[in-house]
Amino acid sequence: MTETLTYKQAITRAMSDELASDDSVFVFGEDVGAAGGVFKATEGLFEEFGPGRVLDTPISEQAIVGTAIGAAIQGLRPVAEIMFADFAAVCFDGIVNELAKYRYMTGGQVTLPVTLRMGAGGAGGGFGAQHSQAVENWFLNVAGLKLVVPATPVDAYCLLRAAIRDPDPVLFFEHKGLYNIKADMPDEMPTVSLGTARVARRGNDVTVIATQAMLQPCLDAATALAVDGVEVEVIDPRTLVPFDLETVVTSLQRTNRLVVVQEASHAGSWGATLVSSLVQGQFELFDSAPVIVAAEDTPIPFAKSLEELWIPSTAKVVEAIRKVVSA
Amino acid sequence: MGRTKDASTALTLDQQVDGLRTMLEIRGFEDECHRLFAAGLVRGSTHLGQGQEAVSVGTALALRDGDTMTCTYRGHAATLAMGAPLDRSFGEILGKAEGLCGGKGGSMHLTHVESGAMGSFAIVGGHLPIACGFAFASRFRGTGEVSVCFFGDGATNIGAFHESMNLASVWKLPVVFICENNLYGEYSPLRSTTPLDHLVERASSYAMPGVQVDGNDLMKMHAAASEAVSCARSGEGPTFIEALTYRHKGHSRSDPAKYRPEGELEVWLEKDPIEQCVQTLLEAGVKSERIEQVRADAATSVAGALERAMNWPEPLPASRLEHVYA
Repeated sequence: MTETLTYKQAITRAMSDELASDDSVFVFGEDVGAAGGVFKATEGLFEEFGPGRVLDTPISEQAIVGTAIGAAIQGLRPVAEIMFADFAAVCFDGIVNELAKYRYMTGGQVTLPVTLRMGAGGAGGGFGAQHSQAVENWFLNVAGLKLVVPATPVDAYCLLRAAIRDPDPVLFFEHKGLYNIKADMPDEMPTVSLGTARVARRGNDVTVIATQAMLQPCLDAATALAVDGVEVEVIDPRTLVPFDLETVVTSLQRTNRLVVVQEASHAGSWGATLVSSLVQGQFELFDSAPVIVAAEDTPIPFAKSLEELWIPSTAKVVEAIRKVVSA
Repeated sequence: MGRTKDASTALTLDQQVDGLRTMLEIRGFEDECHRLFAAGLVRGSTHLGQGQEAVSVGTALALRDGDTMTCTYRGHAATLAMGAPLDRSFGEILGKAEGLCGGKGGSMHLTHVESGAMGSFAIVGGHLPIACGFAFASRFRGTGEVSVCFFGDGATNIGAFHESMNLASVWKLPVVFICENNLYGEYSPLRSTTPLDHLVERASSYAMPGVQVDGNDLMKMHAAASEAVSCARSGEGPTFIEALTYRHKGHSRSDPAKYRPEGELEVWLEKDPIEQCVQTLLEAGVKSERIEQVRADAATSVAGALERAMNWPEPLPASRLEHVYA
């Protein structure tokens, strides 16, 4: 019988399977043990693997990140939870100055198989400006980190296992707005390596790239536009670093038109980075100017009516696609 | 230099002489660094530790293979005390291919994992959480390895210090926090930034044993470190050691240390850890000829190491792209 799991359950399953298969793996963070995590993403792990492998920490993100670094250098595979990704700001030094640079500064004397899981994104949930941000963009300018942004339960499972097994530091962004989406799990789970995009919908007229919660408005826009004969290809990069540029370029060679949709403001974002590198390096691919559908340049507002205006909507995606295909 | 086999015992005379040799090598290394910087042969900044050698050397003598050490950007002494080779340490500061980190770290990031010198960190307090991680790995695997962490008095006012002290205590991690109190956080006297005269009082907030020790006395430093290390190794958890010491030079190469009251340096020069150690050894019956030989040997090894390092090639251009990822 096919098993159906939520995105959150898939994440728990991935940790459980890694804890079971590799005794150097441990899971730790605030309330992840006995309480099962504030998002319940670690539910059952404490009971199954015990307090030696699933540990509650004080509310001390700097201590969490540092502990992960030291433990990883000694050959363990720490999986640390930074409850809300926004809290990465209070351990930014550990992530950016220590975790990301340690191997480089020491001339390769150490490896850092660290996985930092974070409850990310989630604008639309009414969490306000300090609990809703897509903070993966903060780390784009920091060499040495890998950034994973799964959108489906199957990808959440496969990519988390890949992250834990990866020899490098991985920031694993779990989109809070997706925790409860469900999907049938294949009988045999595929192996997904970091740096391989997924084509979520095939089409020949325009390439649309989006991650996580922005994929659904893109797929909805594609359905709407199909009625008018516009065939939209939707690509989910799945990881921002490493980025699967090849899949995007292959798509653009057919469509020659690009729209990027992101749950983040424009400045310093992955979409802006992608467009600038494509325009600089492969300008000849474009028949029209690429468009980035970004969130507004404000902190994320609280009121439902205001927050809905902040997030790129299906209507905005449709409008952007019409613009690039008609140009 | 060699670690002692049994950390709990007092140092033999031979071990004390070895300790003296290491302190002399470190002093020679730092003096050469000072000269190289002044001559414009080294880039960036440097933070020298002349006067603080006994803290690192006394502690290193209390460790055994497998133990780990993390330290600050004023970390030449601690890294050398753990056993990093002099020539490759010079090489790193000179940005050479054979440097400890292949020329990608520099003075502030000396690291020699092979000897347990796990890293020098240039963000104040940034490495204290990492020291907890090394200790956690030891506890997780049951290896009995101890994580020693050096930092300055200034670091006791940064958040990472408090998070690390708290976590180490609540998890009873085998870590020894060693605060090198040299009386100045960069250019500011301690009392202008800290509401305590004795930093050791910080330990009680974390239900952790706290020890204040004369950091300029090699034997006292070794004894304090040994006790803390043995507590950590036997599962009793962390200790906070406040080692009272003094840096003879300014904060960094651009600092002439004019903020120090007149006569203060002279008082501390009288308490120079190397000369104190020499005096103790002479009183214990070590012949002055042997001491002079140790001084000469240390000078020779420093000079030879520097000469080798100066002749090493620059790193290959392609090496800059290596070690970003595994």
